[in-house]
Amino acid sequence: MSGAATSALSSAAAPLASGGGHGVSRRVLPGFHLTLGYAVLYLSLIVLIPLSALVFKTFTMSWEHFWVAVTAPRVMASYRLTFGASLIAALVNLVFGLLVAWVLVRYKFPGKRIVDALVDLPFALPTAVAGISLTALLAGNGWVGQFLEPLGIKLAFTPAGVVIALIFIGLPFVVRTVQPVLEDTEKELEEAATSLGATRLQTFTKVILPSIMPALLTGFAMAFARAIGEYGSVIFIAGNMPMISEITPLIIIGKLEQYDYAGATAVALVMLVISFLLLLVINGLQGWKRRRSEA
Amino acid sequence: MSAPSKTIRRVQAGTTESAWVRRTLIGIALAFMFLFLVLPLAAVAAEALRKGVGAYLEALKEPDAWAAIRLTLLTAAIAVPLNLVFGVAAAWAIAKFEFRGKAVLTTLVDLPFAVSPVVAGLIYVLVFGAQGWFGPWLQAHDIKIIFAVPGIVLATVFVTFPFIARELIPLMQAQGTDEEQAAIVLGATGWQTFWRVTLPNIKWGLLYGVILCNARAMGEFGAVSVVSGHIRGQTNTMPLHVEVLYNEYQSVAAFAVASLLAILALVTLVIKSVIEWRHEREMKAIAELPPERPTPAA
Repeated sequence: MSGAATSALSSAAAPLASGGGHGVSRRVLPGFHLTLGYAVLYLSLIVLIPLSALVFKTFTMSWEHFWVAVTAPRVMASYRLTFGASLIAALVNLVFGLLVAWVLVRYKFPGKRIVDALVDLPFALPTAVAGISLTALLAGNGWVGQFLEPLGIKLAFTPAGVVIALIFIGLPFVVRTVQPVLEDTEKELEEAATSLGATRLQTFTKVILPSIMPALLTGFAMAFARAIGEYGSVIFIAGNMPMISEITPLIIIGKLEQYDYAGATAVALVMLVISFLLLLVINGLQGWKRRRSEA
Repeated sequence: MSAPSKTIRRVQAGTTESAWVRRTLIGIALAFMFLFLVLPLAAVAAEALRKGVGAYLEALKEPDAWAAIRLTLLTAAIAVPLNLVFGVAAAWAIAKFEFRGKAVLTTLVDLPFAVSPVVAGLIYVLVFGAQGWFGPWLQAHDIKIIFAVPGIVLATVFVTFPFIARELIPLMQAQGTDEEQAAIVLGATGWQTFWRVTLPNIKWGLLYGVILCNARAMGEFGAVSVVSGHIRGQTNTMPLHVEVLYNEYQSVAAFAVASLLAILALVTLVIKSVIEWRHEREMKAIAELPPERPTPAA
């Protein structure tokens, strides 16, 4: 992600950090208690205590009430849309993200630096702006929509529109996790594979792909996690019809607007638990990636 | 055909693809980028200028638009420094010292990235809202947090929480503690060491984090939407104002405000790229120095 520059820096600066055991530094460098204390306090006030409110609020509900709230047909339909669309979008980003990373690392072409910089646009562009602009493009009279409409393809205000918005949102994740790994792969291995008689395609699937697999899956999981929680870019393009094109975050908003705080909290807790699980998966994948690059 | 030339051809073909495969792959990648990134940007500009430059400027002169711009700037001006101080403190503790629970703390810093923006807004409603933990107390003392500016700032702080810390932690870990220890041993105070040794070493990483944090702070929609209450001219940030105008079918006005946010995004990308290119050059300069002097003269 945005760590591309820092990870490059850390590998270059690592030799400078040799020596100087941490046991010594604890005695020499000041500010340990101050900075740690402040960091933990701020983390607790901004993140942990408010998040715990979600759990405590859910505990005030009866189990039946909670179960009904999180398994109502309309809510179930929203899970199917949110997870289905996020999965498709992350898969599209897996393929095209790898392609973009490959092209940026391996080939030379005019305007490459601009293309490289542009990859981060979805991180920098506010989601609401992306939402209205994609809707304008895909609506029946839009630049893209006017060509699709006569073919009977409707993207705006359908679940397909949700997928388009989520592809946009998740685009940088796979590119930015695969790119640095691809830069570090050793050409010698590919040369060896070729001299042993492998075709280019075999070299790619048997030599290159396994070495970038951890990074590829990390990027995929990040894009998927981001897509599940996404709200701003989706609500403009989705049409938001109950049972058809209503995402789970919108269900929470809807319940809040009806002052159904308990119901909103219950659905939010389901989303939070899923986010935690995905965070664990991503952490595991990153550990795998680190071990792979150190081996 | 002689044997050596055949070998050379095989080896060249082994580390790259034939010209037509290369061109096809570049073509598909560029087409994908054009469809998903360039077209949406161009559409913002086209829709904003649909009725001419006059209508565009008129839309930006609206008092409600100005109120939204002011609120967005205010929110970012509070949220970014708060997360900057936290980021530096957390990175100092995590990168320069060993302690139990360090891995847990590092993971928890990233937590807000995993939480849906809508859930981020909701948790503050549960704490400070009318029916929340502090709701009755706040009402008794006539303090408004939810559906008011403090709630917007809090939600923004939450969603932008990890940006600066996660840039600084790996950077400061890689730099180690040798330079700081030398400064302390030579008699510098803690503050002097931080300002004169640590800060110059991390300034680009810091700026990188601040830029990304600021872009998200100004552009956040979901979390802010939950706590804002959408009071025109009072609690609408720029992205929320875009939504209000869009839902009222004031397309030109909506895209006019959106165009300002798009410009912000482009400026963010330019600054970010400049930092990265600078950094690349510095790394090359370090690599080219003779081995006995591994750091460039300050």
